[in-house]
Amino acid sequence: MSQTRKQLLVDPLVDNNPITLQVLGICSALAVTSSLNVAFVMSLAVIAVTGFSSLFISFLRNYIPNSIRIIVQMVIIASLVILVDQIIKAYAYEISKTLSVFVGLIITNCIVMGRAEAFAMKNTPFNSFVDGIGNGLGYSLLLMCVGVVRELFGSGTLFGITILDPVNNGGWYVPNGLLLLPPSAFFIIGFLIWGVRSWKKSQIEAREYKIQSLEVH
Amino acid sequence: MEALISLAVKAIFVENLALSFFLGMCTFIAVSKKISTAIGLGISVMIVQSITVPANNIILSYLLKPGALAWAGFPDVDLTFLGLISYIGVIAALVQILEMILDKYFPPLYNALGIFLPLITVNCAILGGSLFMVERDYNFSESITYGIASGFGWALAIATMAGVREKLKYSDIPDGLQGLGITFITAGLMAMAFMCFSGVKL
Repeated sequence: MSQTRKQLLVDPLVDNNPITLQVLGICSALAVTSSLNVAFVMSLAVIAVTGFSSLFISFLRNYIPNSIRIIVQMVIIASLVILVDQIIKAYAYEISKTLSVFVGLIITNCIVMGRAEAFAMKNTPFNSFVDGIGNGLGYSLLLMCVGVVRELFGSGTLFGITILDPVNNGGWYVPNGLLLLPPSAFFIIGFLIWGVRSWKKSQIEAREYKIQSLEVH
Repeated sequence: MEALISLAVKAIFVENLALSFFLGMCTFIAVSKKISTAIGLGISVMIVQSITVPANNIILSYLLKPGALAWAGFPDVDLTFLGLISYIGVIAALVQILEMILDKYFPPLYNALGIFLPLITVNCAILGGSLFMVERDYNFSESITYGIASGFGWALAIATMAGVREKLKYSDIPDGLQGLGITFITAGLMAMAFMCFSGVKL
């Protein structure tokens, strides 16, 4: 049993990563990654919400009528998000300003709903909790990778600590402003997916059209 | 009036929900393979958005704001912390109602848009629109304009994206980038193009 639980936790990290493979929950992943502090708080929030929403939904899974399950799941998720939102506002007010609407958007984050629907409705509470945490971690892993690239090369810092000394402070590094702007997040995720798929060949999508070779026969 | 037009232009181009706030990305990537489906989804988002943003604006100003319950005799009550759950409730309910109305009175439209409606409840663009409306403190007329314009902006983005992707499938793409990867990079290039609008002011 412990083996499968470990699998539940580790599997979503690379092999079955919610973002690179299942295309879930990208919305917020892109918007909050321009600084690591913010990305870190966001990751914690998502891990907490996916874990606990899976736990509670799994507890209730035998009592939820099938026809209104989406609404019930939504209410549980929304209550958890409100809780997380209030906690962030209380303990990290500055960061909550930068996160603005994106904490609220965890409600519609497809990862949370996806795990609730696909896993928690069918499995025992503890397994669902582990699965929720695992998927939250898979999401966070990608978020942190993107955040590291964007903050390190965009402003030369990590968690606000200067790593590459920028030119305007008398250092040598010319910060790449593009990385702080929205489009760069798309590129970085695109390249990350390319990297992951070159490593894990099984994730490559099939072509819709074969390119005919140019050689003359 | 000018203020409203400028708000609309800003919501469509400069602050495009899909390309500068990344809202509704899951559906944006998943449903942009064909132009016709993309346009269908875009129109549904626009309709739902232009109903839910004003509806949530009414909820906010008559039920949730500090002092909003004065009409019911509770001038000191502040229910803003219930915001998230009420907005998503309103959205889910309105989408359900819209689905029933379309089914009953406009069957052809229901057949065309019906499959997208359940997707829309969990579309971040819809909830995001309402949350931006709250954060920026729009009044009722502004929220109507914002709802329509931001929905239109999203529809525009997904329709153009589908156009690009239809052509893209004939091109020779490295194996690892096939599908999802190249879509992200295309979206990035489109986001850069949309950033050029950021100087536009009316």
